[in-house]
Amino acid sequence: MAMRSEAVPLTSRPDIIKGLEGFPLVPILILFGIAFVAIFANVLAPYDPEVGKLAARFRPPAWQVGGSGEYLLGTDHLGRDVLSRLIFGARVSMVVGLTAVIVAGVIGTALGIVSGYLGGWVDQVIMRITDTWLALPALTFAIFLTAVVGPSEMNIVIILGAVYWTRYARVIRGEVLSLKEREFVRLAIVAGCSKGTIMRRHILPNVLNSAIVLGTLMLGVVIVTEASLSFLGVGVPPPKPAWGLMLADGKKGLMVGYWWLTVLPGTCIMLMVLSANLLGDWLRVKLDPQLRQL
Amino acid sequence: MSKRALLELKGLSTHYVSAQGTRVVRAVEDVSLRIEAGETLGIVGESGSGKSTLALTILRILPPAARIASGKMLFEGEDLLQKSDAEMRRVRGKRIAMILQDPMASLNPLFTIGDQVAEPIRVHEGAGRAGAWTRACDLLKAVRIPSPLTRLSQHPHEMSGGMRQRIVGAIGISCEPRLLIADEPTTSLDLTIQAQYLNLLRELQRAHGLALIFITHNLGIVAKMCDQLAVMYAGRVVESGPVRQIFRAPAHPYTKALLNSIPRMSDTRQRLTAIDGQPPDLASLPPGCSFAPRCTSAFDRCHEADPPETGYDGGRTVRCWLAASDAGSGHVDARSGAV
Repeated sequence: MAMRSEAVPLTSRPDIIKGLEGFPLVPILILFGIAFVAIFANVLAPYDPEVGKLAARFRPPAWQVGGSGEYLLGTDHLGRDVLSRLIFGARVSMVVGLTAVIVAGVIGTALGIVSGYLGGWVDQVIMRITDTWLALPALTFAIFLTAVVGPSEMNIVIILGAVYWTRYARVIRGEVLSLKEREFVRLAIVAGCSKGTIMRRHILPNVLNSAIVLGTLMLGVVIVTEASLSFLGVGVPPPKPAWGLMLADGKKGLMVGYWWLTVLPGTCIMLMVLSANLLGDWLRVKLDPQLRQL
Repeated sequence: MSKRALLELKGLSTHYVSAQGTRVVRAVEDVSLRIEAGETLGIVGESGSGKSTLALTILRILPPAARIASGKMLFEGEDLLQKSDAEMRRVRGKRIAMILQDPMASLNPLFTIGDQVAEPIRVHEGAGRAGAWTRACDLLKAVRIPSPLTRLSQHPHEMSGGMRQRIVGAIGISCEPRLLIADEPTTSLDLTIQAQYLNLLRELQRAHGLALIFITHNLGIVAKMCDQLAVMYAGRVVESGPVRQIFRAPAHPYTKALLNSIPRMSDTRQRLTAIDGQPPDLASLPPGCSFAPRCTSAFDRCHEADPPETGYDGGRTVRCWLAASDAGSGHVDARSGAV
C-alpha cells in the first residue's frame, strides 16, 4: 500500500502544465504589448510625436527632480514628448521589422525551394548569387542600397528584404535537399505530379516551420539593422519617430546627463529583440518535426 | 502472338554512369519480359540484382546518373521511351501506378489522408476537391479502412502501419491504372499484416482487372501471388515463365539454388543451404555467364561466352548454356521470347 501511494505523485502532474513547460510567457507578453501599443498609438500617445514645444526642451522624466506629470518620460531637444515618440516608434519598428522579415522570407524560401528541388545549373546560379550576397557586410550593403534608392519607410523594407533573403535561401535549400529524397515526394512523382505541384504541395508546407522559426530569429536582426540605419541617418527619415533615430538624436545629450533620450529607446530595442529571439528559440524546439511526431 | 501484351519490354538496358563517365554499372541488361492484362508477374532476385531499377525504368523516374541505354518498352502498344516528359507524367499514376518500397514513409505527415488519396485524382482528372474526396472515401472502403469518413480528415500519424500501407494501396489504384508495380511492399510489415495486405492486393487486382508486377525477394510470396515469374541475377533475367513450371522444374542453376535455399519444415539438414560466393560487381562483369563463378554445374563454355536467352519447355526462357544444349534440337534462338 505504501508503495502504491508513493507512486501517485509521479503521474499526478497535469498535462496542461506539462504542455506549457518552457512556454516563453514573458517574451510573448512583451511582443504583444509592443504590438498593442503600435496598433493603438493614436489613442495611447499623449502628444503629437513629431511636434514639440521648444519652451519645454530637455525635461527629465516625471520621477526626477525637475520633471512633471505633464511629460512622463521627459522631452527631447525639440521639446517633443519621449513617451509619445516611443509609442509611435513601436509602430515603425513593428511595421518595418515584420514586413521586411516577410519580404525576405518569401524571396528566400521561394529561391531556396527552387534551388534545392531543381538542382543542376539552377541550383548553381542561385547558390553562387547567395554566396556573393553573404560575403557582403549586411549593414554596408544596406547603406549602399539606401544611397541608391533614397531613404523612406517603404524603401527600408525593400532594402532589408533584399539584404536578408540569403539566410532563408541557404537554410531552406538544405531542408529541401533532404526532403526531396523522402518517400512521400517519390510517391508524388510516381503519382504523376509535375515539379511545380510537388514544390508547392509537398515541399513548401514541410519547410514552412523552418521558415517561421527563422523569421522570428530574423526579426531581431532586422529590427537592429533598421535601428542602425536610422541611427546612421540613412533609415527612416526624421521627423518620423523611429527608435534608432531617437538614439541618434539623443547621443549628443548623453554626456550632459540627458540619459532618458538614449536609454529609453535603447531599452525598447533590446526588449523587442530579446523577446523575438526567445520566442524563436522556443518555436524552433516546438516545431521541430522530429520532436513533434513523438 | 495472338494477344497484344499490356506491357512488353524488349532488350531493355539501364546503366548507371559515374560523373566522369569512367564507371558504367550495368544495373539492368538486355531484359525482355511481357505481362498480359490482369496477370501477376513476380520479379525475384537478391539485393542489387536490378529489380528496383527495372521498376524505376518502366516509370522513367530514374535518378539523374542513370541512362536507359537501349531497348523498347511497349505499353498498350505505345513505346514509353518515345514519350515526352509531360506525356510520361500523364502515364504515371493514371495508367501505371506504383507502390514504393517503404509505404510507411510514403505519406506526407502534414496532409490529411483525404488530400493524399485524392491527389492523383485531382492531378489526372482535374476533379474538384469535394468530388475527389468522395472518390477517396470509396477507395478507403475498397481497401477496408473502417469508418472511412472520419479517417479522411485524419493525419498519417494517427494510423497504424497496416492502415497506412492500405492507404498507399488506395492511392495506387485511385485512378484505376492498368498496371500496378509493387516494389517490396511488405518488407516493413509483420507477417499477419503481410498476409492481409497480399490478400487485399489480390482482391483489388481481380476487381479492377489490374496487371501487377510484384518485386520481392520472398519466394513464398511469389508462389502465393504470381502467375508468371522472372528471376533476375546481376541485372539480367536468367529465367522466366509460369510460376508453377519454374517451381516444379527450375531450369537455371541459380533458380535451383534459390529454391534450395528455402528452409522447409521437413528438412533434416542441420545447416541452411546457401549459394557460395558473392554476386559479381556490375561495373566489371566476368566475360562469360555472370553466374558462372558461383555455379556448381559450370563448364568451360560458361566462362567464355554469355549464354543467350533461350526458349525452353513451352513458354519459358532461360539464359544458360545447359538449357541451350538441352533444348538442343534447333531453336537456340536468341531472345525468342516465345510465349
